[in-house]
Order: sequence, then structure tokens, then C-alpha cells
Amino acid sequence: MARSAHKPDDAWIERLLKGERSVLARSITWIENQTADGATVLGAIQKNVGSAVVVGFTGPPGAGKSTLVSAYVRELRSRDKTVGVVAVDPSSPFSGGAILGDRIRMGEHTNDSGVFVRSVASRGHLGGLSLTAARIVDVMDASGFDVIVVETVGAGQSEYEVAEVADTKVVISTPGYGDDIQAVKAGILEIADIMVVNKADMPQADQTVSQLNSMLHMGPAKEWATPVIKTTATTGEGVGELADAVDEHGAAVHDAHKAGPVARTRRLIASMASDRIRKRIAQSSDDALNQICESVARGELDFDTAVDQAIKLGGDME
Amino acid sequence: MDDRSSPPKVLMTKIGLDGHDRGSRIVATYLRDAGMEVVYTGPWQEIDSVVTLAIEEDVDVIGISSLATDHLVVPRLMKALVKAGLDTMPVVVGGIIPDGEEAVLYDAGVAKVFHPGADRDQIVNDIGSLANSGHSILAPSQ
Repeated sequence: MARSAHKPDDAWIERLLKGERSVLARSITWIENQTADGATVLGAIQKNVGSAVVVGFTGPPGAGKSTLVSAYVRELRSRDKTVGVVAVDPSSPFSGGAILGDRIRMGEHTNDSGVFVRSVASRGHLGGLSLTAARIVDVMDASGFDVIVVETVGAGQSEYEVAEVADTKVVISTPGYGDDIQAVKAGILEIADIMVVNKADMPQADQTVSQLNSMLHMGPAKEWATPVIKTTATTGEGVGELADAVDEHGAAVHDAHKAGPVARTRRLIASMASDRIRKRIAQSSDDALNQICESVARGELDFDTAVDQAIKLGGDME
Repeated sequence: MDDRSSPPKVLMTKIGLDGHDRGSRIVATYLRDAGMEVVYTGPWQEIDSVVTLAIEEDVDVIGISSLATDHLVVPRLMKALVKAGLDTMPVVVGGIIPDGEEAVLYDAGVAKVFHPGADRDQIVNDIGSLANSGHSILAPSQ
């Protein structure tokens, strides 16, 4: 039957940890398909996870994300880093199939043994994808890559959440559509550790950079001031600066609770917990919850208190 | 553990100097609409690249599109696959292949040859069955 030609025994794990590509590829397949063999691999490699730097790239379609990732990989290679790439594309909501086309722009790296690229379909379950992507990152980490890049299309809130698998999140936009700042919604700015304005050779690039800078630096100073960097992915301009910014961010948040596999796990658990409570509250027909909603609708209870009460109820419900 | 509840994964690629990729794009769409995941690479891949792609993406089937006369590159690809440990990987070839040369492809180990005008359902079913046959990613000695 399918894919049972190999088994994750000790010899397999040893070859995986040494970075053998075929072994890594098949292990990723098991993990992606959430099979028992995948779980075995993940259990066996846990202590080897944690040395890779994980960088997420996300942004709307047309921003030049894949080209920029390819240029970033080239820059990393020139700095002697080995790189794993997880490139996520959406599955068709109608057929469940997908065209995984990110590799078209990554052709220069195909025959570089220091780069491993894997295309992954979202399979319609974005929450589940975050979990799968995080586990794929873990196995690439364990097999020895210095940097792992996760690339996704950011078209809505959930897609940006996939970028949360990363320790450093790069959000890409492009200049000069006037309203394009509309496209840069609140959630995106919060997520971005680094903002990139790609296609910076286009007019209004500088304007876009200033607009983003003011939006990002409104309000009190945070631990990390998100820089806005101009790039032209097709020529490589600005990519060195981007790589430096990723390094700086990594150094600034070098803390087990902000970066690394423990932090990834925390973010995943937060995201899954919020999903679960949201579903319970939204779909419940529990009396106590109904009463809370009715009180708010009648103006007798404020939202803040209602939310506190609903969370407690939601947390206890089956 | 059978994981055929996951979609079949197919590599659609073209080797050689032929730049026409309309055929492979159309078939890629058929396969996607039939629920498969298609790693689409576009034209001008080298043989070594195809092997690397097939390994990294751990695809179930390799689909080669060939509209010019470089389909004879395929036997070289088959040898490269064996050398890389992928001797059980199903390979299909689609495009303009003169009758005489079809036999050469089958002899080289190609699983199926599709000519222009091949029936869409036929293509989808054949590739789907080949995807289910499972393949080893390492040669027995590796």
C-alpha cells in the first residue's frame, strides 16, 4: 500500500538527524499526513529541535513573496547558512486539490544541496495547517538546517496566523495603490516583526514606507521597533538589509519564551485554545450562556463582564 | 498505516529546450480539479532538477510534458531516477510522441504515455491509480 515501504526505526532516525534528504522528505510526508509513523519521528527527534532560526514570510498575492524568499535564500547561502523552505499554497475549497507553484520562482536553488524546499497545501484546515507546518519546521530543524523559511499567502487573518509558526515574521506589501494601506490591516501590523515594501522601484515606495512607519510607531514604544525595509526582489536590492534585520530581531528576542520551539508551541496552543473556546461559545445552546447574551442585548450587562463569564463557561463546557 | 486519505501528489514538469507549457498547465488543472496536489514547475527543468524535486516533494507520480522532439530525454531521466533510488517511482509522459518512439518510452520504464486529445478522465484515473501504488524513496541497498 501507499508509502509503507519504509519504517522510522533507529537507523532511519539516525539518517534523518544526519540530514539525508530522501529520509527527510519521506518523514515530512508522514508528518504532513499525520500518520503514526510521523508521530514516531516527532517523538524521536524532540531533543534535537531548537537550533534553527525560523523566519516567516507572508503577504497578499502579487506582493512578490516567492521571488523575495528566493532572493533571501540566496543571501543566506552567501552567508554560509543552510536553508529549509516550507512553501504553503491554498487548496481549492471545491476539489480539495492544489497547484503548488512557489517552486517556479525558486529554481536557482533546486540543485543546491544546502537548500531543501517543500511545497505544502493548506488542505482547507488553516488551524490544522499551523500544526502541520510547525511539525514540518521541527523535523527540518532536527535534520540540521540553520534557517527555516515558512512562506504563506496572507489573504486573511488565519493565513497570517500560519506565519506565527516563525520566530521572526516578515510581512510583505507593495507600494502605491493609494488605498493599499487599507490592505495592511491592524492584525498584520501587530504580527509583523519586519515590514517589507517590495517592488520598491515603483513610484510612491517612499510614501508607503513613511505611512507604514507612522502606523507602526503610533502608541507606546515596544520592546522591538518593527523596521520598514524597501526591497526589489528581482534585483536583490535591500535583501542584505532584510537579512541583517532578521538577525537583529533574533538577537533582540533571544529568550526561550519568545523564540524557539517552546515559544512556537505556546503560540500554537494559544491559537488552538482560542479556536476551541470560540466554537464552543458560538455554537452552544447552554442556558447560562444564553442568559448572558440576553443580558447584554437588553443592555443589562457590559461586554467585558460578559466575555469574562463566557470564557469561564466556555472553558468548562464539553 | 494507510494514508491514502491524503491527496495524491504529482510533479508536473517539462525537460529540455521545449518552452511550450500549455499542455502541462491544462493537465495540472485537471488534476487539481480532481483533488490532487500538483507541484508545478514550468518549463526547462534539467534532469537532475527533476530528480531533486521528486525526492524533496516526495511525489507519488512524475508527469513529463513533451511537445517537441525531446521526449527522448525521458530514458535518461529514467536512468537518473534509478540511480537516485527512485526506480519504483511511476512516470507518465504526455504530448506529441511519434508511434515508433512510444515503445522506447515503455521499454525505458515509463508507466503510461498520453497522446494529444487523450481523454481527461482517463488521464485523471490513470494518474490516480499510479499514485496509489506507493513507492520506495530509497533503493534497497541504501
